[in-house]
Amino acid sequence: MGKYNSIFDVLGPIMVGPSSSHTAGAARLGKIARYIADGDIRSVGITLYGSFAETAKGHGTEMALIAGILGMEPHDEKLRYSLQIAKESGIDFSFEKGNIAGLHPNTARFSIERHDGTFITVTGSSIGGGAVIVNAIDAFNVELTGDYFTIVTKHVDKKGIISKVTTLLAENNINIGNMKVRRDNSKNEASMIIETDEIVPVEVLEKIKRLEEMIFVIEIKPVRENKNV
Amino acid sequence: MYSTGIDILKECEALNKPIWEIVLLDEIKNNHISETDIFNKMEEILQIMENATSHSIDKRVETLGGIIGGEGKTMMAYANSDKTISGTWITKAMARAFACSEYNASMGKICAAPTAGSCGIIPAAIITIAEKKGLSRQDMIRGLLTSAGVGKIISTNATVSGAEGGCQAECGSAAAMAAAALVEMNGGSPVQSFDAAAIALKNIMGLICDPVAGLVESPCSKRNASGVVNAIISADIALSGIRSIIPFDEVVEAMYNVGRGMHENFKETAKGGISITDTGLAYSRKIK
Repeated sequence: MGKYNSIFDVLGPIMVGPSSSHTAGAARLGKIARYIADGDIRSVGITLYGSFAETAKGHGTEMALIAGILGMEPHDEKLRYSLQIAKESGIDFSFEKGNIAGLHPNTARFSIERHDGTFITVTGSSIGGGAVIVNAIDAFNVELTGDYFTIVTKHVDKKGIISKVTTLLAENNINIGNMKVRRDNSKNEASMIIETDEIVPVEVLEKIKRLEEMIFVIEIKPVRENKNV
Repeated sequence: MYSTGIDILKECEALNKPIWEIVLLDEIKNNHISETDIFNKMEEILQIMENATSHSIDKRVETLGGIIGGEGKTMMAYANSDKTISGTWITKAMARAFACSEYNASMGKICAAPTAGSCGIIPAAIITIAEKKGLSRQDMIRGLLTSAGVGKIISTNATVSGAEGGCQAECGSAAAMAAAALVEMNGGSPVQSFDAAAIALKNIMGLICDPVAGLVESPCSKRNASGVVNAIISADIALSGIRSIIPFDEVVEAMYNVGRGMHENFKETAKGGISITDTGLAYSRKIK
């Protein structure tokens, strides 16, 4: 059963065809991957799984994924030219097919090379109607929908860090919609995924980033056009 | 907030208002959006629909899979001849549904209604019947509001996804949404709108999703064409005064149960139906 709250979820999204899951969802996944890499992308290798691997060509999935990497929206009519635009912008890209049992049928894994030569990988699935979910950033399991402004932290697992971050948000009048905390026992590291109702201003993000326990902080703007913000 | 057809019908009766207005008021209240913003967004959607249903009639487009192409133009020429069996307006509506499907398959900009695969049905119905009856843009936008309200109920209590419920969930829902809108645009009552929606859903209950080569081309474009005809005749059945024996909410529940019981091969996987006919498989090999 659906989770449509607005009539514009029913009449929508506005998108270039042909498929909300294989085209619009693919573009949204690319866009989240771009945000996670903070736009710093020299090259990207994309592995396609399941139905994405089987029917990519006839759905423009490759063009849509790269369009997202370039920051285009699912309704951008330039989406079909994305491979050419990426080449002209000096962003290298490649595709391969993968096969891992148990993955959602429409899954893509982005291996993004930054300009300084370091890599970040983002794995996500297009789960229908243009909705997406990011399952992993590097080896780190997450669950991001891109529906809300989201902060992902990786930090040293110490007492008090969660309250430091939530206090900073509360002091700045930012309401937390959803929050998840995970711990990697082997490394003494933990992570927070915080979805907020408002955009978190740069100065607040800077304060969070400066907390001494922080290893990294990523902010992800909402990718669903009909949702808040 | 409404979640069933009965909810909306009760509101319509209590406030003595048509469906579109109940849907509008609910959207304002629950999504904190102004009436002006809603109408502006609907106007944007209507413009996208108008372009998507006409573009490939005027210009040749190339679909990604190359399985379909040119049907909108061919059908519109036929609609404008005096040779049709089903008449000018039915054939014009089909031409627009074909054109919209084709535009979608060629990476044109469309509005999912409720999905990309079924995006031709609602615009073809509303634009064609508004043209026939000389209705205003305001009337067309009201029609979109009514159809969105019906679609929201279906997605709340069942599904509009082909992968979850087969084609009945996509083209069936689109036809039901369009039928309800057409009734209201033609002066029918809210009860008649929901009867029309129920009839449209019943007409194709059990229809599987069997895309050739897994693409949104065949049989999707023809199911958009038959879908808009389903919407128009269901509206006419309800407007004539004939009732739906089974109420809308029960039909939606039945459609969902049929979808859940449907074998996976028949739900967008291209592993059943016409996808695995000799010709279907030949297309599949050619494209990959």
